Amino acid sequence: MKKYFYEFLKGIIKENPTFVLVLGLCPTLAVSTSLRNGIGMGIAATFVLVGSNVIVSMIKNIIPEKIRIPCFIVVIATFVGITEMILKAYSPALDRALGIYVPLIVVNCIVLGRAEAYASKHTVIGSLFDGLGMGLGFTLALVLISGIREFLGSGKIMGYVLFQRLDPVFVLGMPSGALLVIGLLLGFFNILKEKKG
Amino acid sequence: MKNRLIVSVSPHLHKDASVSRIMWMVAVSLIPTGIVGIFIFGLSALRVIILGVASAVIAEASIQILTKRRLSILDGSAFLTGLLLAYNLPPEVPFWLPIVGSVFAIAIGKQVFGGLGQNIFNPALVGRVFLMASWPKYMTTFTKPLNCDAITFATPLAALKEGKVLEHISHWNLFWGIRGGCIGEVCVFALLLGALFLFIRGYISWHIPITYIFVVGLFTYIFGPKGLFSGDWLFHILSGGLILGAFFMATDYVTSPLTRKGRIIFGIGCGLITAIIRIWGGYPEGVSYAILMMNAATPIIDRYTKNRIYGSR
Repeated sequence: MKKYFYEFLKGIIKENPTFVLVLGLCPTLAVSTSLRNGIGMGIAATFVLVGSNVIVSMIKNIIPEKIRIPCFIVVIATFVGITEMILKAYSPALDRALGIYVPLIVVNCIVLGRAEAYASKHTVIGSLFDGLGMGLGFTLALVLISGIREFLGSGKIMGYVLFQRLDPVFVLGMPSGALLVIGLLLGFFNILKEKKG
Repeated sequence: MKNRLIVSVSPHLHKDASVSRIMWMVAVSLIPTGIVGIFIFGLSALRVIILGVASAVIAEASIQILTKRRLSILDGSAFLTGLLLAYNLPPEVPFWLPIVGSVFAIAIGKQVFGGLGQNIFNPALVGRVFLMASWPKYMTTFTKPLNCDAITFATPLAALKEGKVLEHISHWNLFWGIRGGCIGEVCVFALLLGALFLFIRGYISWHIPITYIFVVGLFTYIFGPKGLFSGDWLFHILSGGLILGAFFMATDYVTSPLTRKGRIIFGIGCGLITAIIRIWGGYPEGVSYAILMMNAATPIIDRYTKNRIYGSR
């Protein structure tokens, strides 16, 4: 049990997909304009990650080595299709806000990276916890980035105006602001890591 | 007995110039512009300049103390960054705008790269572009020159972009600085005076500013509003921040190419981008973006214009 707990925890801090592995930056940069989008994206990616990790781990022994990547993609695409349909049915507003980035989870390098690096070599239960941890780490990173960007860039949190008379830093809501925030946070976490180790 | 002969490797030539000396000399050459700017726009311009400079120096000092590096605020580079940033702001901005701009310019534009000499982009322009992208409404509200009541007023280039008639602005008005604009960009005469001083002392070379201004003039002349070869090139050279940018910011030692050939390429690139933004772009003015874009290209220019070392292939 302790081993699985480690698999779950490592994705949150020690191997955080965004700040340590620096994977999946494309959706991170694009959808982190507001906290709502960030959380939505995080949950969608977590669902796909857990599903694909479990299935890939189950079929790892019957996939031929040479065509494993296409097989992973088929599995991932199935789960992305399910996610997209669920989003369209139950939360059309979020689906519109995330736009092309929901179907693009198929090529999200966190999902494929975990399938290749972890699920295809480990047990089903381990893969389940790995997917959960990585998904949670990705979601937390998105929450942090999109929270900062939404609050400083438009003075709102979850769409609610907090400070009426503040002049928001408009640039943080734009793509260049995403790069700025991610760069500064990466630097900050690297300083923390250096201090620790 | 102590050996007093100095044995060292070449080069043995020594010039009186040092980093701090050059920085302070550039700052001195910008004084006339500042005085004219304060005269034209009133004491609010002085307030912007003082806030910009003070917060830049304080930001540099506090970052160097926090990261436990050697304190280098006396070398004048932070002073110059703050001064140039303040010159790039309209006179009636809210008091926190120059402070935020200076802190951003020093922290993100310079210190995250490792301090003076390591930065890729001109820090003052990084600060200006950040302010421009974040608070455009303050950055594009200009006041009428020589007027105590701070009436808002369009810059000549903004008026041109909106297609207004420009009869009330003559070239002489532009030359002496009687127009709306940022604090340090309006008086071409004072800027040229400072630039002349730098030329005579040999602190800047002619390559970047002259090619820059020439290309802007040529392009705006060729692609004029009424068909080919009908542009008012003198108007384009005298208005906007072109003179300030070409002489004082494109020539920044850290972010411009090292060789003469490279500097000419740099100047031509700046001129092309400025002219393209002014003629076809969405913004009325493109000097700061042009210089920043060419700053990004500087390493590659340096790489391909390396001087051949004598005797090498």
